[in-house]
Amino acid sequence: MYKILKKQVLSDLVTLMEVSAPQVTRKAQAGQFVIVRAYEESERIPLTIADFDRAAESVTLVIQQVGKSTMQMCQMNAGDEFATVAGPLGHPTEIENYGTVVCVGGGVGIAPVYPIARALKEAGNHVISIIGARNQSLLFWEDKMRAVSDELIVCTDDGSYKRKALVTEPLKEFLETRKEIRHIWAIGPAIMMKFVATTTKPYDAPTTVSLNTIMIDGTGMCGGCRVLTTDGAQFVCVDGPEFDAHKVDWDVMMQRMQFYREEEKLAVEQWKHQCQLAMVG
Amino acid sequence: MAKKTIIPKKTPMSEQSAEERIHNYNEVPFGYTEEQAIGEAKRCLECAKPLCMAGCPVNINIPGFIKLVAEGDFRGAVNLIKETNALPAITGRVCPQETQCEGVCALCKKFEPVGVGRLERFVADWEAAQGALPVPPLPPATGKKVAVVGSGPAGLTVAADLARLGHHVTIFEALHEAGGVLVYGIPEFRLPKAIVKREVEYVCSLGVKLVKDFVVGNAATLDELMEEFDAIFLGTGAGLPWFLGIPGENLGGVYSANEYLTRSNLMKAYRFPEYDTPIARGQRVITIGGGNVAMDSARTALRLGAKESIIVYRRSRDEMPARAEEIHHAEQEGIIFNLLTTPVAFHGTNGRVGEVECLRNELGEPDASGRRRPVPIKDSNFRIATDIVVIAVGQSPSPLIPKTTPDLKVAKGGVVTVDEKTMKTSKKGVFAGGDVATGGATVILAMGQAKIASKAIDEYLKTGVW
Ligand SMILES: Cc1cc2nc3c(=O)[nH]c(=O)nc-3n(C[C@H](O)[C@H](O)[C@H](O)COP(=O)(O)OP(=O)(O)OC[C@H]3O[C@@H](n4cnc5c(N)ncnc54)[C@H](O)[C@@H]3O)c2cc1C
Ligand code: SF4
Ligand code: FES
Repeated sequence: MYKILKKQVLSDLVTLMEVSAPQVTRKAQAGQFVIVRAYEESERIPLTIADFDRAAESVTLVIQQVGKSTMQMCQMNAGDEFATVAGPLGHPTEIENYGTVVCVGGGVGIAPVYPIARALKEAGNHVISIIGARNQSLLFWEDKMRAVSDELIVCTDDGSYKRKALVTEPLKEFLETRKEIRHIWAIGPAIMMKFVATTTKPYDAPTTVSLNTIMIDGTGMCGGCRVLTTDGAQFVCVDGPEFDAHKVDWDVMMQRMQFYREEEKLAVEQWKHQCQLAMVG
Repeated sequence: MAKKTIIPKKTPMSEQSAEERIHNYNEVPFGYTEEQAIGEAKRCLECAKPLCMAGCPVNINIPGFIKLVAEGDFRGAVNLIKETNALPAITGRVCPQETQCEGVCALCKKFEPVGVGRLERFVADWEAAQGALPVPPLPPATGKKVAVVGSGPAGLTVAADLARLGHHVTIFEALHEAGGVLVYGIPEFRLPKAIVKREVEYVCSLGVKLVKDFVVGNAATLDELMEEFDAIFLGTGAGLPWFLGIPGENLGGVYSANEYLTRSNLMKAYRFPEYDTPIARGQRVITIGGGNVAMDSARTALRLGAKESIIVYRRSRDEMPARAEEIHHAEQEGIIFNLLTTPVAFHGTNGRVGEVECLRNELGEPDASGRRRPVPIKDSNFRIATDIVVIAVGQSPSPLIPKTTPDLKVAKGGVVTVDEKTMKTSKKGVFAGGDVATGGATVILAMGQAKIASKAIDEYLKTGVW
């Protein structure tokens, strides 16, 4: 069992958990993920390692409530235990000194992009970061991102905080004016990553995205996580999670991610109903 | 030998009716009663040169144990089996007996063979019903440490053998449940998970430490494990699912059998939403393949509510590699067999599969496997509408560990190269057995290789000679 050491609500939808997981922390690196199962009956959910502390043997996970499993996780508290935390899984980010780089984080994607930005900064890069969310209440870690970036742009879709823009707008401006940009990392909702890919493509700017498809084992055993790329079908859990954004077939990926929409709705409804009954009873 | 009248047919084993069982997940056959078992055991001719023993990959003393059953000494029978086969409750249920022990039984010439598998299952279940197994007296600890990677039949066998020899064994398992294919692949209605759990608990009762959620290659490489352990056994199976590489394969609703069965068995999606993991349910499900994995998938689909569950297989019925009993049960349950048919594309709308496009085949010359090669008939394309597709055309060992272990030799198809007399790999201190060393095979072969490995590992730990 894996004890939750700390819980912090980051936004209306996003919660941070620091979890004891000694077998993960020994080797964890930026860009990798873990598979988490909250309870015995829960799904196995992939979560990117947002941070880790080797001395404390803990990993930091940032969880967005999207379905029943993640809602349940976010209701758990410090002292509670997850049934499974397996990892570190997938390939780590290839960190080197590229020169000038851009890190784009959208919504909950700010969390996984943070350790990448930090590692790139430590490797001597000039780090430009762009973070964004639908509105101010969904934004988090502005300070943490500022601390590891040389330049930081913050935007919200609705303009409720800082610049009113989608992350692709400042990104395009940077690509126009800063020819020295060598590499771009983008993590966020699939649709955001897709548009980052279309934005950077005309500039031939190498762009890496971290994909978060539906997974079960996370070890290459089921193929459920597969995406179609120009190199053929790839398993996100073992061939990724990072991919060349320009090679990914985004439409196929987004369709696969939508596959259980009805089941997810049903699970959430049933669970909420049970919670209400429990409160009444 | 005294002449005796032979009952021509195996004593039938009662089972759930097909109509009833397709609506539940419970095991299909009920197993023999004591009287039935004794009756069946008495059909054995007690041959001087028992062919059945040679037909069994681990050479169980079959006439010996059957004689004990006939005498009503079930304890003696199970102990005799366990000298060579640690998991009789499992093999009795899943071995392809018709091509092994029973296939060569002397009775076969004229009659049905002795029901060796059924008797094996009977004595194992009899033992389980007597309560938890007492822990045998263990020798003093040798101080040697062994890491077993993977908790399938191969890993469990090695762990138990070495623990009984006084070595300190730790099993590392990637998933949250031990048992390998026995828990994630083979469905409850064929192999109840309580049986697997019992075997795992027995292995742990011998002092074996089980570390779950630990993916070797990621959480630690073999070299890192070597710093802590004196020897390693790789029993990581053949978990990498094959796809067909045809258009439309990434549509929603196209599953690998591994995914379909893992969702259903390991994650208990058949009990959704009580369990959180969903699985697509459809009126019609098409499973591609003709082995045990395909039968398990097609039969699972029925239990998930499919009105029609169709097997599409490129060769003919005679070439289907599944166990005879599985094909028989599948037919009883109304699975439709679309033979001599090769899928060439999947079609769908809005990202969901809706049709499988196929070609008809005819049988040509025998191929490398000795089976007649299916040859597609030109322009015979036709389409079958479907809600779900399950691809069950084979699997190979995962590259995860070889990728992080440059000095571990791997042959074509990702199979780890071993010396079959010792199960030694190319890397000092590392042994391997089971599906990782053979490619997808059988439980009993995995266990047989594990037995060889246990002996060699013990030898290596004692002498240090590689
Ligand atoms: C659906 C299905 C039905 C089958 N039906 C039959 C049948 O009826 N009869 C029969 O004889 N055989 C059958 N087989 C084949 C049989 O199950 C296998 O041959 C047998 O299980 C192989 O045993 P194993 O111990 O080598 O590997 P497995 O049972 O595959 O176990 C390997 C274990 O290693 C773990 N592992 C893998 N990689 C790592 C890693 N890097 N770190 C840690 N752990 C790891 C896996 O999670 C798994 O638990 C069937 C197989 C399937 C898939
Ligand atoms: S282990 Fe398998 S082959 Fe051997 S006797 Fe038992 S059922 Fe037959
Ligand atoms: S999650 Fe199963 S193969 Fe990637």
